Amino acid sequence: MTLFFEDFPPGETAEYGDRIVSREEIIAFAARYDPQPMHLDETAAAKTLLGGLAASGWHTACLLMRMNADQMLRDSTSMGAPGIDELKWLRPVHPGDRLRVRRATLEARPSNSRPEMGLVSFLFEVLNQRGETVMTQRNTIMFGRRNGETG
Amino acid sequence: MFLEDFIPGDRVMLGSHTFTAEEIIAFAGTHDPQPFHIDPEAARRSHFGGLVASGWHTAAIWMRLNVAYMGHVARARLASGESMGRMGPSPGFRDMKWTKPVHAGDTLAYGVEIVEARASASRPGWGVLTHRAFATNQKGEEVFSFIGTVMVERRPD
Repeated sequence: MTLFFEDFPPGETAEYGDRIVSREEIIAFAARYDPQPMHLDETAAAKTLLGGLAASGWHTACLLMRMNADQMLRDSTSMGAPGIDELKWLRPVHPGDRLRVRRATLEARPSNSRPEMGLVSFLFEVLNQRGETVMTQRNTIMFGRRNGETG
Repeated sequence: MFLEDFIPGDRVMLGSHTFTAEEIIAFAGTHDPQPFHIDPEAARRSHFGGLVASGWHTAAIWMRLNVAYMGHVARARLASGESMGRMGPSPGFRDMKWTKPVHAGDTLAYGVEIVEARASASRPGWGVLTHRAFATNQKGEEVFSFIGTVMVERRPD
């Protein structure tokens, strides 16, 4: 079922995603985009503030993006996002960690300038297997409206 | 290089990057598989009018160029006998703006400017550096920015 602006009522919450993060993908992402010792090498990482090999925060953001794409965006009228209001990296993501998403819909309003579109603000929390929040992200996504022109 | 060496207002260019269609599709296929990032035909019909890079792709390239630049600075300082403080991790960022789409074939020039450098209240010996990251396209339009923070070691007494 294609999701429209109207399918995200404020106050709604949802939980989804189940993603185990491997050592190999942590190192592969970091080697390409964030080649710092704490993301590449166990011995060097043990001496850093993260206390052991940990995913690049940008990798964690990409893992949230993928879980959101699969759950709510691929089959939707998403028109993209204008940005990210705030993102916090609260705890390291280590090899073997199992991540999921908790989403709260904060606000939904039709666009004044583009009546075919609406803006929905979300707070996403990425949780690990212990229920600890490793990352939070607050942002707005643009969706087509059910009775508007889309695409 | 330590917290004290970062002066608010200082600005450096980190390098540039051209986003090919192949690279846009490969990144988004893994991390952000929405039609306007992975399917040229669907992208053409979308409000973007053509294939555009995932905003996280734009951000990841900033990080890559930033890490490369800081590595270059560190090696130069160590080679001249100066010491180098540790950096990272980052507590997060705010106000990330994907101001304009990054289309296939666009070349972005990336940079960073220092906003603030202050001692950490909770971690003795460390400080928090606040910076503004940005990228402009080949037409000189700013397409990307955010206000980031990173932990940086303070100069030892």
